[in-house]
Amino acid sequence: MQYMLMMYETNEEMQRRNTAEAGAYWGAWSAYVEALAAAKVIVNGDGLQLPETATTLRMQNGKRFVQDGPFAEAKEQLGGYFVIEVENLDQALEWASRAPCAAAGGIEVRPVLPPMA
Amino acid sequence: MNSAGELVSQIARESRAKLVASLAARTSDIASAEDAVAEAFRAALEYWPVKGIPQNPAGWLFTVATRRLTDQFRKTSHETELTGDYADATTESPENYLNDERLQLFFVCAHPGIDENVRAALMLQTILGLDAERIASAYLVSPAAMAKRLVRAKNKIRISKIPFVIPEAHELAARTTAVLDAIYGAYGLGHDDIDGGTTAHIGLADEAIYLVRTLTEILPHSAEVLGLLALMLFSAARAPSRRNADGDYIPLQNQDPKLWRVNFILEADAALKRAAAMHSIGPFQLEAAIQAVHTARGVTGKTDWGAICELYAGLIELQPTVGAQVACAAALLQKGDIPLARTMLDQVSAVAQSYQPFWAVAAELLIAEKKTQEAHAAFRRAAALANDAAARAYLLRRLPVSL
Repeated sequence: MQYMLMMYETNEEMQRRNTAEAGAYWGAWSAYVEALAAAKVIVNGDGLQLPETATTLRMQNGKRFVQDGPFAEAKEQLGGYFVIEVENLDQALEWASRAPCAAAGGIEVRPVLPPMA
Repeated sequence: MNSAGELVSQIARESRAKLVASLAARTSDIASAEDAVAEAFRAALEYWPVKGIPQNPAGWLFTVATRRLTDQFRKTSHETELTGDYADATTESPENYLNDERLQLFFVCAHPGIDENVRAALMLQTILGLDAERIASAYLVSPAAMAKRLVRAKNKIRISKIPFVIPEAHELAARTTAVLDAIYGAYGLGHDDIDGGTTAHIGLADEAIYLVRTLTEILPHSAEVLGLLALMLFSAARAPSRRNADGDYIPLQNQDPKLWRVNFILEADAALKRAAAMHSIGPFQLEAAIQAVHTARGVTGKTDWGAICELYAGLIELQPTVGAQVACAAALLQKGDIPLARTMLDQVSAVAQSYQPFWAVAAELLIAEKKTQEAHAAFRRAAALANDAAARAYLLRRLPVSL
């Protein structure tokens, strides 16, 4: 069973990337990725650049409607994602609980659709 | 034909939940399991009158339901890795032992990933076989709305693969509490009501009691399960005395013990004793103990308010809910300790403004404090918040006359 773990962080948490705490911030994520890899559950995953680097596009009346910024203005924003392969939701939640942003934000755990092929 | 039909009904009552749980366990697909079991029962009604009743009726039903599920899975190309599992099951002897996975099913229904508001409905449908219409009427929603909620919840369980497992030791207490809270909610008594729920919810009381009784069988070493059973039985015992012949609301102190159901009281007492012997006190046991003291009035002729106050103090220490504190204030008032009742009530005042029992107790306290005008306002507030016409009428009759 594959689940996507969507890592949501508060703005304050994400801004740590740009401060003296950057080492600690990235160190925590590296350790998390290593743990996922060691357990052989990681399918793929990426960190994302900060929400302010995002561009959002909608189509309205056949025209492109492009905006600067993420899809929704919210206190917590997507900072990265992982797709993991585990047996059931409880195992996925266990991995989610160990993510560095679990306390300063949260993780959405959603099952991945089976391949369309 | 009759005897086969009766036997099928009896087996349905006894084994349906076990069959559904066992079939759903491997795939977390409750809906398909329920359909397969329903098909198996239909097949039984067709074949048993003709071929005779099998040696192991539950095993027969399990095999037929399993075969039905396998056929269904073969039709959908996604589930190919599962047809292996089920194919194995059909080649086993029909006398195979039906694993009891009902406990796992309870925990699935009350899993943290399932919305609190649908947990009890899920249990009522999957364990008890109630249809959406029956459940909907108790929750005062349309059958379509309830059906939709149940479908959505079962989809969530299947698609996100909530496992059919008994929680690990470190989680067991919390997960059990979630199951018990859901059942208690269905019973209709919220933790907050002092002496009885609204008549709208009484329709599920028997079903909720059945669910807890089932839990005592499959989770026999849980003191809180026994505590909840005792709590619900004490409350149900007094149900016949809550309204008089004219439908008027009768408060707890005035309820007639001669109308109480003795067999429920005896069973409740026994359950509470068994719980106490496990030395694992919890909120449901304390609430049951409080109800036991109330019920003892049937024997002694009076209520030991001192004991009730002590029990509430214990309950508040464990679980300081607004309901418990309001009920404690009421008990203190009955005991005659007006200053302490006032202190307790003031403590929760800020968060209890929309809480009906708060106003009912506040009103009685104000009467005791001889603040007639404020009492009048409090009674009106309590009446306005009451969602039971009989309770509202009672409160309005309590309005002080000397104004």
